[in-house]
Amino acid sequence: MRNTFLQGLLDVAANDPNVWLITADLGFSVLEPFADRFPERFINVGVAEQNMMGIAAGLALSGKRVVAYSIVNFATLRCLEQIRNDVVHHQADVKIVGVGTGYAYGSQGHTHYGLSDAAVMNAIGGIDVITPADPIEARYVTRVMFESSMPAYLRLGRSGEKNLHSSTPEVERGRKIVCRQGSAALIIATGNILDEALQAASILDSLGHACAVWSMPWISPLDDESIGEAAEKFPVILALEEGTSVGGLGSAVASILATIKSPRARLITASSGTTTVSASVWQAAAREAEGIDGKSIAYRIQKALQD
Amino acid sequence: MKGEYATITDTTELARRIRVESLQMVARASASHVGAGFSIADILAVLYGCALRIDPKHPEDLNRDRFILSKGHAAAALYATLALRGFFPLENLLAYCKNGSAFSGHVSHEDVPGVEVSTGSLGHGLSIGCGMSLAARSDGSDCRAVVLLSDGELDEGSVWESAMFAAHHELANLLAIIDYNRIQSFGRVEDVLALEPLADKWRAWGWQVSDVDGHDHSALLEAIGDERIPLGQPRVIIANTTKGKGVSFMEDRLEWHYHSPNYKQLEQALTELGEM
Repeated sequence: MRNTFLQGLLDVAANDPNVWLITADLGFSVLEPFADRFPERFINVGVAEQNMMGIAAGLALSGKRVVAYSIVNFATLRCLEQIRNDVVHHQADVKIVGVGTGYAYGSQGHTHYGLSDAAVMNAIGGIDVITPADPIEARYVTRVMFESSMPAYLRLGRSGEKNLHSSTPEVERGRKIVCRQGSAALIIATGNILDEALQAASILDSLGHACAVWSMPWISPLDDESIGEAAEKFPVILALEEGTSVGGLGSAVASILATIKSPRARLITASSGTTTVSASVWQAAAREAEGIDGKSIAYRIQKALQD
Repeated sequence: MKGEYATITDTTELARRIRVESLQMVARASASHVGAGFSIADILAVLYGCALRIDPKHPEDLNRDRFILSKGHAAAALYATLALRGFFPLENLLAYCKNGSAFSGHVSHEDVPGVEVSTGSLGHGLSIGCGMSLAARSDGSDCRAVVLLSDGELDEGSVWESAMFAAHHELANLLAIIDYNRIQSFGRVEDVLALEPLADKWRAWGWQVSDVDGHDHSALLEAIGDERIPLGQPRVIIANTTKGKGVSFMEDRLEWHYHSPNYKQLEQALTELGEM
């Protein structure tokens, strides 16, 4: 996913001499193609995320379009105030790119779990929060992100994720991607956890429940319209994310449902950060422990449909 | 915008009027930080009176120098400076800290011509200045970024991140000015978190250092200079200042970081500033 993002970025940078890439000393073996091709527009600021974000704002306020790259927590939580004040308040054209969503770096320990960064960034407001589900989405949303000059936070997994789409989904900024049709229930997933949603849908299908699955790369702006319509249509909606639902997709969907007088849908949130996992945890095991793997989700939906 | 546009460029008169206007703004609003503004009034007067390449009629000119007041709590002094240089009418200053006004107690850029960036949380400005310097160099422009920091602000680690960066990247078009009045919000700098040897620290970080009297206009102007020829190093001016400078009962007094003058104090202060 990191590499396809970079391919997308190279495409953009080739056509726009104002696109810069700066990193806080991460991205080894990923960012080199940009550095080699556009050395005058690539800066490694060193291990200094606050400075990176201020520099990004300063460059952007001088007409540059800046990608600021690090691991999710370092790219956001470490320099949160620089993002809030310098980037978002000035609506500077800075695209923050974080790698390691959810438990992608789970074996590296608590510091590297990417569970709250999306919710925190979502709470700031005025910045797009985008978590593509697979390499195809990553490349596509990178292009869409650069169609706007507003700040954005793009969250990537790591490398080696399989493609979940067979073709490039041509959706507009902030709109859902329909991955699977069905009417028994709807699973809305943001990020690479879409893989588990699709597995759950297959299990449920074999049990006679044809479920719809949507990928929702943008939790900000969120596709309120589609979610509102779904609330009237489906008996069960499960909001799935590999991170906290507090301020994330789960609570965003809940807040839309709460505005509808008599929604048909009952909402289930499936999120992570609620269970104690071991310091070194592999992504698949963490998902199982948190109940956000395909089997657990399928079970919860089946149970909800029986209630 | 309607109203009287001032165009004061004499730095002595400009500094005096910055103090008068910002004092009245703070008094009207019962606001704080008048001492912090007086501390930098001479620096602002020299910058905006003659050192910066700015055009009040074209505040967005691409070739302008970029000035960032990183110690955003001294906003009243900056707003007063901009008004006195004709970026907007003087009467706009009446809105300082009023409900619905663009002129907040900490620096705000929205709808205030001449303000580059909003500040108010310390330790942000120098990084932004680094970005602006990089962009200017990349564009082949000889404009520069000037960042005015407080001494207490130097407690923030982010300042030293950017200091290291600027030296490594030889940002010769970046100028930092430190308002070294030796008082921070809870006491004397030397008691809270000592900065000395301050000049040596900046030299060790790879900066060219000038150590000047921050109220001496000639010394300030000479230190600020017009060094558009890259020398390969960023520069810092340690401006030795007095908090509350210009009004006897405010000088070097911590409480004028917070207090707003009462009527009697305002009258005396204006008299000392040559207004009554």
